[in-house]
Order: sequence, then structure tokens, then C-alpha cells
Amino acid sequence: MLQAAPNPLMKVENLVVEYSVGGKTIHAVSDVSLEIARGETLGLVGESGCGKSTLGRAVLQLRQAVSGKVLFDGHDLTTLKGEPLRQMRRRVQLIFQDPIASLNPRRRIGDIVAEPLVIAGVKDPEERKRRVAEVLSAVGLDPALVSGRLPHEFSGGQCQRICIARSLVLNPEFVICDEPVSALDVSIRAQILNLLEEMKARYGLTLLFIAHDLAVVKAVSDRVAVMYLGRLCEVGPSEQLFARPAHPYTALLIEAIPVPDPDVRPTQSVPVGEPPSPIAPPSGCRFRTRCPRADARCASEVPELRLVATGQFAACHHPLI
Amino acid sequence: MSGALLSVENAVVDLPTPRGNLRAVDHVDLAVGAGRTLGIVGESGCGKTMLSRAVLQLLPKKAKLSGRVMFDGQDLTTLSAEKLRKLRGRSLAVVFQDPMTSLNPVLTIGTQLIETIQEHLELDLAEARQRSIELLAAVGIPAPEQRLAQYPHQLSGGMRQRVAIAVALSCEPKLLIADEPTTALDVTIQAQILDLLAREQQRRHMAMIIITHDLGVVAGRTDEVAVMYAGRVVERAPTPALFKQMRMPYTEALLAALPKLDVAPHTPLPAISGRPPDPTRPLKGCSFSPRCRYSAGRCASEKPQLCSAETPEHLYACFHPIAARVGA
Repeated sequence: MLQAAPNPLMKVENLVVEYSVGGKTIHAVSDVSLEIARGETLGLVGESGCGKSTLGRAVLQLRQAVSGKVLFDGHDLTTLKGEPLRQMRRRVQLIFQDPIASLNPRRRIGDIVAEPLVIAGVKDPEERKRRVAEVLSAVGLDPALVSGRLPHEFSGGQCQRICIARSLVLNPEFVICDEPVSALDVSIRAQILNLLEEMKARYGLTLLFIAHDLAVVKAVSDRVAVMYLGRLCEVGPSEQLFARPAHPYTALLIEAIPVPDPDVRPTQSVPVGEPPSPIAPPSGCRFRTRCPRADARCASEVPELRLVATGQFAACHHPLI
Repeated sequence: MSGALLSVENAVVDLPTPRGNLRAVDHVDLAVGAGRTLGIVGESGCGKTMLSRAVLQLLPKKAKLSGRVMFDGQDLTTLSAEKLRKLRGRSLAVVFQDPMTSLNPVLTIGTQLIETIQEHLELDLAEARQRSIELLAAVGIPAPEQRLAQYPHQLSGGMRQRVAIAVALSCEPKLLIADEPTTALDVTIQAQILDLLAREQQRRHMAMIIITHDLGVVAGRTDEVAVMYAGRVVERAPTPALFKQMRMPYTEALLAALPKLDVAPHTPLPAISGRPPDPTRPLKGCSFSPRCRYSAGRCASEKPQLCSAETPEHLYACFHPIAARVGA
């Protein structure tokens, strides 16, 4: 099920991640399974607190899973430790939301971008310099001009370019982008999205693109997965999913996007309330408390992801298609 | 504009910085009538928040404001601090982006509402309490009576913003300024909050200014839009006219750069190259000209003034406005 390709690069199986806060358990990621094919971009959307960032971190083993597997190129990362895990991590990189906060303010750009090479044991300074110059040029910065400067001399958009360069310096195969453009202005956002697409083509990357903005996710993703309160609601090819959403939550998300066209009168939003707490998620389908289609079955039985159209899966007892 | 509730006339805001003078707002004229909604759109650093602070007379201490801010027949720049304090919260209210910082974390919701109401209206405690409950109900907060005893941290972001709106509406303001009211909120909550603002605005016949970076937010919910860039209003028009025919290349580029749901994945976005100019180093010509694909001739040497062409309501500051180029 959820087969993306015969031999996916990344395969998440029944992943469960929980946090303990003040003696209470937060069910951040509950039984999520996903596959990402080589060369594919999978978009992951959901509102804040739905577990999308936790899922990204758990894939990288920055957050320990309670149960489940994370198979990268056939290796289960959850069972790896020490040097073998470090070796694997070189092939998987992460780009964060806040580009300024993710750069050490006291270090020079050249050193920041070279750091992963140092950690990976590339001893030859000339070799490091060559690699740093190559990735900086690739992201549209002049290595001679920027290498000796400090992060505060750059704008948010340029800092995100530097972060992208750093993530590419080890030649990774898989990059997790966690809200890479949500801190950027509209005019800069488009530049960075285009850059990510270029880098993907140039370096043959596979991407997990996490964001809350559906239009941004659609712009870069082959397939999209929608999360709600720790569970996967729907997965499918981007165009198809946005044209014909099967899960009522996906439909609600699409409807809520403000359209920059005054002829499209905003649909008076149905009073759908807010997401419940992940400490005590609703029984059965977690979306049922806000769902116009919910009935008794939704409260008692957790809906399984099942095929609703070609390549499209939804976890709903009453899908829209 | 005559008969406007608020009119900002030739406003200039200067902020001294270690790097020199920063002109945050550069000769801005705006007006809003009672019952109307104005959208101010622009990216961070374009001066939209400083402009709203100038209206509220809440600018940083070091800032210098010149020009006039006429509200309900009086020039706010000449009023005493005491008179301004009476005005703000009473007839001039504001909702900020982050409800956690605009609400006091150590006071209950009830205390904050009742305090505001009693400060401005002659009501006793029981009446003020009753009014608070009605307000919370009006902004869509379930079980309003119980909420009065709760603290801001016990509510979600969306609920907190509803409380902030209830506080702003508590004394029936004539003008409500909403500064990025939904930027900190999730998309499903954003739609609910925008609907709530629109409903209350119509019901109370308030004037409203929505400040946002999102053209999508202003499209369906404002009567007029002003687009700001580098401290200046570069285009101003009734909302339908603006979206029908953008004249200023910056407005067009801003809309084009937005990812859209009806475009196929992996389509390159028409990005705006470069970035906004350094506000402490003002450009001689049009401040958008270094990034503008239509820039030519005098764009780099001369500042275009805000003017109108065919309709007096549609203003833009550009030597090469968009429609004029078609067929030329």
C-alpha cells in the first residue's frame, strides 16, 4: 500500500513519536507510513501542531521514535547508532524555517558551509574550499565576496541560500525542507522555491518538503501528504489531490486559502472550530470533531488509509470521492 | 477626500539609526470613510506598520512624524497624551499580529475586557461584566462566562486573537486597525478570523484598515487597497479596479510571485529579482526601478509621483504603467 515506486529511497513504516510533557503524553505522530521514490518531491502539509515537523525530525533520527521503521535506501535508521548512523546522515540533510537563526552569528560564511565537510573528515583544506565555492556559486552567491563575511551582513533570503548551500556540500541524496520559505517575504519566497527546484535537478535530489501553505507545497511537489493531529489523512499526486480532494480535511484546507481575486467572494467559512489537543486526541477519526460528515462510526473506528483513486489514498469513512 | 473618518495627509516618519536617518514612511496620503475597509499591502520593511503606528500616535520615541493625521475632525498629531489615551481604545482600536503579546499574560481575560470597558464607558462592574460576556459570544468564543476567569495562556492562538478582537471592539470603535491579524494563525483559523472581522465591521459600520503582506487577504475583503514599497504608496485603487488592471509593475510582480493552486507543480515562479533597497540609503529615482523589468530612461534618476490616469480613484507612481505599454 502507498507504493510510490518499486524501490523507494525513503520508506517510513508505522512510525509513532510521542513526547512527554508534565507527565502527559503528546501523540505527535501516530502510526504514519509513507514512501518517497528516488527523485521525487513529497509535500507534507498540515496546520501547526499536526506533527509534520516531528515526522521530519524522526526521519533524521533527531527525535527517537516509540515504534516503527525509517528505511533509507533499505537501511533501518531507527536501529543504527554511532558511526553507521553518522555515515547515513551524510546522505540526508535538513533545511530549517528560520535561516538567520540556523547560522552561527559569529562564524564566517565560508566556515559555516565547510563545517559538514570537516565533520565528515575531509582533511584537505583546498578540497574543502573547492567544494564550498562550488555550492555557493550553485545557490547564486559569489564565493569570493561572501566567504569572509558574517551572517548578519545578509538578508533572510540570502541566509536561506547559505543554508541550502550548507545542506548540499556533502552531496546528499535526500533533503528535508522544513518550512523553508515561511519566514521569507513574498518576492523572496519565489526566488528560493525556484532555487530549490534548480538544486533538485542539478544534484538529483529527493525532497521531503514540509509546509503549512498549500499553494507553496503544490508549486514544488509531485505528491502531497496531508497530516492532521499526528495522523495521515490523505496522500496523492499533487494536481489530482487539489482538484479532487477525498478527505474532508483536505477540502477544508483548500477552501480556506484566500484567493487573490476580488471576484471570488470568500466562502463564509463554516464554523469548524479548532484542532483538539494532541494530548487527548478524539477517538476514532481525529478530524471528526470538526468534520461535517462525521457520524457514530467515525467516533468508534479509526479509518485506515485506502485507495480512492489512482495513486490517491484517504483515511476517511465517508470520503468525498 | 472630504468626509473621510480618517485622512493621513503628507505623512513622513523618520527614524534615526546608527547608520543614518531611516525614512520609514515617505509622503503618504490615505483616507478611509466610515463603514469602509482599506487594505494596506506590502512586504516587511515597506513602512506599513510604521504608518499604522503614526495613525495611532504610537511611534517609537525617537521617531519624527510630520504631516497631518485627521481623525473624526481633529488632528491627532496636535492632541495631548491624555486626549489620545481617551481616544485610543474608545474610538480608535487596534488588533496586532501576535495576540500573546497584546494580551497581558498575568491578567484574566475578564479583567482585561472589564478594565477596558470601564476605562472608557460609564458602566458599573456588573454591566461591564455582562457586556464582556456578550462580546466574547459575538466573537465566537464558546462558554464565554467561564472564559472570563481564564488566562491568555489557557487559550489557543485563534481563541486569543478572538479575545484581542473582543477587547478592540469593546467600546464600539469608529476605526479598527488590524495589523497582520492572521499572520500568526493557521489557514483554517485565518479564514474564520477574517470572516469575524468583516461581519463585525459591517454590523457596527466601523471603518477598518487591514495591514497584510498577502494580496489574497485583501482581495475579497476590502473596498480599497494601497500597495506600499520602500515607505511610499506606489499604487492605490478600489479593490476590484486594482485586481482588474494593475498599473504599477511592483503590484503585478507581487501577485505573479505568489504560488497559485491552479498552476501545475514544478512551474518556475516569476520571482522578483534582488531585494528591497536599504531604507537608510534612499534612491534618487523610483525605489523599485533596480528590480523592475520595465525600468528605462528616467526611472533611475527621477521619482515618479502618485497620479491618476483614466479614473481619479486609481493612482499609481510609475513612468511606465502597465496598460499603457500594451500595444505601444
